[in-house]
Amino acid sequence: MKDSQSISIAFVGSGGAGALTAGNFLLEAACAAGWQGLLTRSVGPQIRGGEAAALVRLATHSIECMPEQFDVLIGIDWLNAQRFGAEIEVGPQSLVIGDPRGGALPPRVAAAGARVVSVPMKDMAKAIPDGRTNMIAFGIAGKLLGLSQDVCSALLAKRLGDKGQAAIEASQAGLQAGYDSLRDLEFNLRLAPPKQSATKRWLVSGNEMTALGAVRGGIRFAAAYPITPATEILEWLAPNLVKAGGALLQAEDELAAINMIIGASYGGTPSLTATSGPGLSLMIEALGLATAAEIPLVIIDVMRGGPSTGIPTKSEQADLNIAVYGCHGDAPHLVLAPQSVGDCLFTTQWAVHLAEALQTPAIVLSDQFIGQARAAIGRPADVAFVGQRRTASDIGSAAGAYRRYAIAGSGVSPMALPGTPGGQYTADGLTHNERGVPTSAASDHEAQLDKRQHKLERFAYGDHWATIEGDGDLAVVTWGSLTGVAREAIGRVNRDGVEASLLAPRLLFPAQPAGLAAALEGKKRVLVVEQSHGGQFHRYLRAHYDLPGVVKVLNRPGPLPIRASEIHRAIMQWRS
Amino acid sequence: MSSVDERLACKPADYKSDIKPIWCPGCGDYHVLMSFTRAFAELGLPPERIVVVSGIGCSSRIPAYTNCYGFHGVHGRSLALGAGLKVTRPDLTVVVASGDGDGYSIGGNHFLHACRRNIDMTYVVMDNHIYGMTKGQPSPTTEPEFDTALSPGGTGLRPFHPLAVALASGANFVARCFSGEPNETASILVEAIRHPGFSFVEILSPCVTFRPDEREWKNLVHRAPVAATSDPARAARRIMTDDGFNLGILYRGDRKPYQPAVGHTSIDLSELEKDFEL
Repeated sequence: MKDSQSISIAFVGSGGAGALTAGNFLLEAACAAGWQGLLTRSVGPQIRGGEAAALVRLATHSIECMPEQFDVLIGIDWLNAQRFGAEIEVGPQSLVIGDPRGGALPPRVAAAGARVVSVPMKDMAKAIPDGRTNMIAFGIAGKLLGLSQDVCSALLAKRLGDKGQAAIEASQAGLQAGYDSLRDLEFNLRLAPPKQSATKRWLVSGNEMTALGAVRGGIRFAAAYPITPATEILEWLAPNLVKAGGALLQAEDELAAINMIIGASYGGTPSLTATSGPGLSLMIEALGLATAAEIPLVIIDVMRGGPSTGIPTKSEQADLNIAVYGCHGDAPHLVLAPQSVGDCLFTTQWAVHLAEALQTPAIVLSDQFIGQARAAIGRPADVAFVGQRRTASDIGSAAGAYRRYAIAGSGVSPMALPGTPGGQYTADGLTHNERGVPTSAASDHEAQLDKRQHKLERFAYGDHWATIEGDGDLAVVTWGSLTGVAREAIGRVNRDGVEASLLAPRLLFPAQPAGLAAALEGKKRVLVVEQSHGGQFHRYLRAHYDLPGVVKVLNRPGPLPIRASEIHRAIMQWRS
Repeated sequence: MSSVDERLACKPADYKSDIKPIWCPGCGDYHVLMSFTRAFAELGLPPERIVVVSGIGCSSRIPAYTNCYGFHGVHGRSLALGAGLKVTRPDLTVVVASGDGDGYSIGGNHFLHACRRNIDMTYVVMDNHIYGMTKGQPSPTTEPEFDTALSPGGTGLRPFHPLAVALASGANFVARCFSGEPNETASILVEAIRHPGFSFVEILSPCVTFRPDEREWKNLVHRAPVAATSDPARAARRIMTDDGFNLGILYRGDRKPYQPAVGHTSIDLSELEKDFEL
């Protein structure tokens, strides 16, 4: 038996079989016992009858990505498991547990050379009144990892409390059966004991952290249309905005959603919508309106596979182009991207702050990977970024004296909120002069375009614009949810005695050429890593930055995640 | 807030801006603007407490011609913008202005849901049965035989029935006005604004440039022979059987407006974190 710092376990089953529930219970029990953990999900588009997988990695240290091969794969059934293909890899060292009545082992798994053990989970569940197969799987996983059965049992009582005592007891009996089923199995991995943590720990999803960051930043109104994989943000905000004195409106479509938040923000309430690629496409016209009329707002885009309907349930980083360049006309606005489950909170909060300070829209590019991942994190520190808008509260009484779009040094002009006497103006998507009156004069057009560009360029964004770590003459440049993967790869490279640095911009627009030049000074090799078929991030970098030395690109479309091992290999091969 | 005495002193001119409208001479929308300022003066609302929201088209230029706060947004989305504003600022009076293209074509879906949502605001559609700003294409209310460059020989399509749609979708107040009768229109606007919930006011407003035939409307309009009903079934029969020129308040419902309580509670945000703790 060897202690491992990290163990990974995947549950698969057909949709509705409870693989995600088993994975979530395992994650929560392990984290309650003191370990760190990360759960990502891979599901098909069907609610029932599709395929679902919970990928769980538990460790003694903080983790941000999945391994290339899973130590344990439990098939509650194998009915549609072949659809995961390369998303869930096992190898000769892996243990695969399946039910003899759960269908044939997927060929890819059968060919991997893993040890395969049969457990009649379905029959065991049947022997328990109201027994569920996934609870047997939960018990098997708990036993293999060396988790205390008491901890798992207590978790079931807590999570199933609203389903009644009978449901709790049925699940606990299933758990017991799972623990008992592998008494004689030799399994040589065990999680090393957890390290004690002094800080309060949370078990959260990226989408929940996005929503909390929004409220912490001052968002008090949201309007949105349901869409996978962003809906959890809305479902968290609906009750919690009310508690915070705000409200959420379910709009009839995304066109309405963004226009509702433009109206609310015009009235002075910091406002947000959350969507995914198809919804962002619908919002683009009004995004231009908010940019031109200088209305602050925040749009969360939890990216999924595109184009068109694409792959609604799986991740990709291919909305960068539309986020930065989607508008017609010259319409500069903020684009940011969180870098981890926990960072969804900070980046969203900062986005609210920036949008309000600069009176412009901010798009936050989260993705399905971190949005729907659940992780144990230390309670994120409170930060001071709160939306504070420059408003015009004391306006001279001379009629027509107020100039909403006055050209000032910073480019940010005080905004009169409705109700302010003497501040009446009409916000307009038409080109307007300093008073807001429509005009088609070349001089007014250029002056206002300059104003809106200058306010973004002249703002001091500070060090939060990017994550910059490590040394050496090779830099990995990446963004969003791949930041953690690249960090793990660089850690392994370091253990191999090779230095490499990491640069991941959190603020994608406006670009920060001076900051990037300083971070990449003296680099001879730049490895760009991104989850986009067309290399959107690489092209964005080329358009806005001078990259030093030789540049290589490691990119592919979703949903097959780019693994730390691939980045590690790319670095090591380039060195030799 | 202004005192009552100051409110009584409000004159229509106090609600007019110094911006010269782009409308053609003879456009019905001039009279609609006059009705707006008369209604606002009669209501005695301080101009800074009124917001006029609009989309795109000739009629949607109206916000800047008032001395109120205004928002001239994108095509067809004014009701959504107004809804977000009113829900978060229930203290304001929100009037949404639109036209038959902006409101019934590109913005049609929002019309249904605004009626259904029943937020306390007033929706004014200046209907001239034509796209004026793009120079004469058929709108959803254009007659089927009306010949245009884009619809040679006419569309052959049955016109949209805005009042019936509003009633069926849940509007709480439905009225029809004629721009050429600014005093009567102003009186109905006053009632529409005062009435709780979503009030829909269709104003027949001739486009004398692309629909010179609409100069005849002044001879066709007539007052509704009976008073407003609160019975949707009676209102539906009346609306579906009239000649389209029947003016007045045709339905006045008593459905409770939708208004979430905003700004009344404020908790320590750390309370929201409790569910996350391990």
